[in-house]
Amino acid sequence: MAHSYTPGLTVTEQAVIRRRRMLSLPGSVLVTTGETVRANQAVARAELPGKVYPMNLANQLGVAPDEIHEYLIKKAGDPVQKDEILAENKPLIKWLKTEVLSPITGVVESVSPVTGQVLLREPPRVLELLGYVDGRIVEVIPQQGVVVETDCSLVQGIFGIGGETWGEIVIAVTSSDEVLTPRHLTADMKDKVVVGGSFISSDALARAKEVGVTGLVIGGIHDKDLRALLGYDLGVAITGTEQVGFTLILTEGFGAIPMAGKTFALLSAHAGQPASISGATQIRAGVIRPEIIIPKGAGALSDHGAATVPQREGIRIGDQVRIIRDPLFGKIGKVASLPSDLQKIPTESDVRVMEVRFADSSTAMIPRANIELIEGT
Amino acid sequence: MSVPSPAPIKPVLTHPLNVIVATDCGSTTTKAILIEKVGDEYRQTYRGEAPTTVEAPFEDVTRGVLNAIAEIEELSGRKILDGDKILTPNRTAQGDPKTGVDIYISTSSAGGGLQMMVTGVVQNMTGESAQRAALGAGAIVIDVLASNDGRLPHEKIERIRTMRPDMILMSGGTDGGAVTHVVEMAEYISAAEPRPRFGATYKLPLIYAGNKDAQPQVKKILGEKAALVLTDNIRPVLERENLAPARNKIHDLFLEHVMQQAPGYKKLIEMAGAPIMPTPAAVGVIMETIAKREHLNLIGVDIGGATTDVFSVFEGLFNRTVSANLGMSYSISNVLAEAGLANIMRWVPFTIDEQTLRNRIKNKMVRPTTIPQTLDELQIEHAIAREALRLALIHHKSLATALKGVQQERTISDVFEQQQSGKTLIDMLKLDLIVGSGGILSHAPRRVQSMLMMVDAYEPLGVTRLSVDSIFMMPHLGVLSTINEKAATDVFVRDCMVYLGTCVAPIGQGKDGERCADYAITFPDGRVDKGLLSFGDLRLVSLASGQKASIAVQPAKQVNLGAGAGVAVTREVQGGVVGLLLDGRGRPLQLPTDHAARVASLTRWYQAVDLYPKAG
Repeated sequence: MAHSYTPGLTVTEQAVIRRRRMLSLPGSVLVTTGETVRANQAVARAELPGKVYPMNLANQLGVAPDEIHEYLIKKAGDPVQKDEILAENKPLIKWLKTEVLSPITGVVESVSPVTGQVLLREPPRVLELLGYVDGRIVEVIPQQGVVVETDCSLVQGIFGIGGETWGEIVIAVTSSDEVLTPRHLTADMKDKVVVGGSFISSDALARAKEVGVTGLVIGGIHDKDLRALLGYDLGVAITGTEQVGFTLILTEGFGAIPMAGKTFALLSAHAGQPASISGATQIRAGVIRPEIIIPKGAGALSDHGAATVPQREGIRIGDQVRIIRDPLFGKIGKVASLPSDLQKIPTESDVRVMEVRFADSSTAMIPRANIELIEGT
Repeated sequence: MSVPSPAPIKPVLTHPLNVIVATDCGSTTTKAILIEKVGDEYRQTYRGEAPTTVEAPFEDVTRGVLNAIAEIEELSGRKILDGDKILTPNRTAQGDPKTGVDIYISTSSAGGGLQMMVTGVVQNMTGESAQRAALGAGAIVIDVLASNDGRLPHEKIERIRTMRPDMILMSGGTDGGAVTHVVEMAEYISAAEPRPRFGATYKLPLIYAGNKDAQPQVKKILGEKAALVLTDNIRPVLERENLAPARNKIHDLFLEHVMQQAPGYKKLIEMAGAPIMPTPAAVGVIMETIAKREHLNLIGVDIGGATTDVFSVFEGLFNRTVSANLGMSYSISNVLAEAGLANIMRWVPFTIDEQTLRNRIKNKMVRPTTIPQTLDELQIEHAIAREALRLALIHHKSLATALKGVQQERTISDVFEQQQSGKTLIDMLKLDLIVGSGGILSHAPRRVQSMLMMVDAYEPLGVTRLSVDSIFMMPHLGVLSTINEKAATDVFVRDCMVYLGTCVAPIGQGKDGERCADYAITFPDGRVDKGLLSFGDLRLVSLASGQKASIAVQPAKQVNLGAGAGVAVTREVQGGVVGLLLDGRGRPLQLPTDHAARVASLTRWYQAVDLYPKAG
């Protein structure tokens, strides 16, 4: 039986999650199955091949490509130091001599008699892969990486920028609908994950950078402020590599939108605890949403065989939902009924709808495509 | 130059083809249709859809396929599935006609489609030929590397290393020409050690279709590092492209390598009774078929959530381009970034502040599956669609060109005509038909909305017919046409293609209210409708589907309808579900720059064609 798809973001006090940590190229794994790891601990290491420098020696020496072997001082596979002679010609008059020096320290990777080209390669760069979350290794994938499991509280955001980081959670506002302003951001928030309310303005973003916060979790932001922060207009929501000084996670969307009460309450309950966060977002096939992971601590690791993020099921009456499209964008309510017949909406489209009841007992009919489940217990 | 898209090997069917189930596995949704033979003709009867399941937690594309087919089972009462298996053939012979189907076929663009990197020696010669070969085979080209692309060698190597294509197509050099540059490119690729996007353990498929004299060297350099396939040169001589062999190889490798790595595709290939086709290749087959059958010049567009594909057939030459980041959901924010806010706002018939609009567009980007609930939201999406369509056509025009670098014979009379080689093949005056497909066009609440979106975006000149794909089934019919042309044609004509009508648009500009053209329309019943089309007018004349009328137009002195300024033109025009659109807004279309005047003009035009329901 086919299921109607309802997108949802998980906000849960209790989950066992697994994070696959993979090297981008084969290397060595530094930990073993069952081992406890910290977020900032290296779990695997690889050597990234060095940069390649092509040089056309035939051109530089003014000889035919198939003759360059005669002029080479260094052969393929030889190590070479910066400014060391790679090749030289042998003129009759000494001061007409041409020497070609190596621009880098590395090795001669190849010599082509067809193009006269020599490829030099810099020494490899060591790439360390960190654990990202405090947890336990449940699987080692030889030469490639590990799977870390952690017993935690989990909050998924809707959009973020910036990569993986970690820090202590600090709640900077008193309610989920309070705007985070520069005066909320104090010097003691350096290296912390700061939680705001409904919105952050551009001056508060600047202040956050100045203070040196490691992460910001907020209800919403204006697109123009994001543009100013990034320095360009984000076209496609594939993020995670931005370097703006901190990782930013939006829990609700663009605009000033109060953070869902449940999200704010959960984060508030964990104030003072360390959290691992990632702003990486990919809204394409295989959605990746930003996340805030608050591990329960090494002693509380579960013995379950498998990770247990609450499973997504079909939507039911009573479920808490967020409206994700105008005119009621950002409002949170509960499902009151699920009529099965198609209904005509003001655009004249016939769509499946649901009735949503709000806290003040008012109700509205909303297209099912325009709601999002707030998942988790 | 271009040749038809590759046709997969035709499967041998041992039973009659009466019931067909077809799916298209898109990046977000898997769409299934049921086609049944009713009497002597094939009809599309039921449709189902389900989320695509290429990614975690399912990581098996067949789950989504089975879900979409299950929806058809529910709606049709036909038993198609037995657990995870599709029941074939249909059991009519056993007295159970409501069980089973005769074949299952599919297209796929899930997982981001086929992503290719191509290389050439000269960017606008072999580089472009390679790009055309890849695009025609249904790929998204993520980069074109060429010896003269302006990048330094180490930048090229870094680029090859960081992009993770599904496949590389190498071209360069004419047969018998110099080998140096193409060998140099092979050396760069070898140094970069490119790795495929899916599957850490398999070798990246690499097709070499350049100077045949360089084959031994290329084999030596890349034979060990990639799954190398050698094929005929795509540009054996400067004056001729030979894209078919490379396209066929792309298609073979797509099935043999790339698809085998994508989650669940092995199973999908086993389930299907014919080779899986990349979605754009299947749509391309349909576009070519229409153009050939009716001897038309056409432009087709498939505007999706992430990408917009444009197809054209002019004078029998087929071209396809994909604008990878122009789309209506995942890529909506990129339309804003590329078009600019002012270009989007010029189509919105009301006032909205910039901050609100920008936030709304970003919110659609982060929640791409939402739908417009209010009329103003619908109008904003339609405004964005116009810009996405416009930009994608500009992109297409730049690539659908005659071969560049070819010597032209000139006579003394050509001396003053600075016509370059590589002129675009797209001639809007010679365009006969525009075909629209994709959610925003196929599912617009009123068909006139689709028509006006395409007219505003493409600004057709003279007399042009327009149509849309009724419920988005061109990919399915594209793959069906490779196994049963009649079934595909039947369904295409009766259930897929919805003719919207014809647009008559004189070329020229004038002040609002000035005379643009006089016209006389002679209807099939002999009635004649005479009128004056002024500049600034947009008029809709009722002319039903299947009806033809004759229109005689006498343009004003400076106005041209294709025969020259002020020259009268008489043409047969065809009706459609919208009718005959007389567009006196001028070409090129220029909207008032003043905000209030622009809103007034848009409101007047939209009301003239009854584009939207009255607010409130």
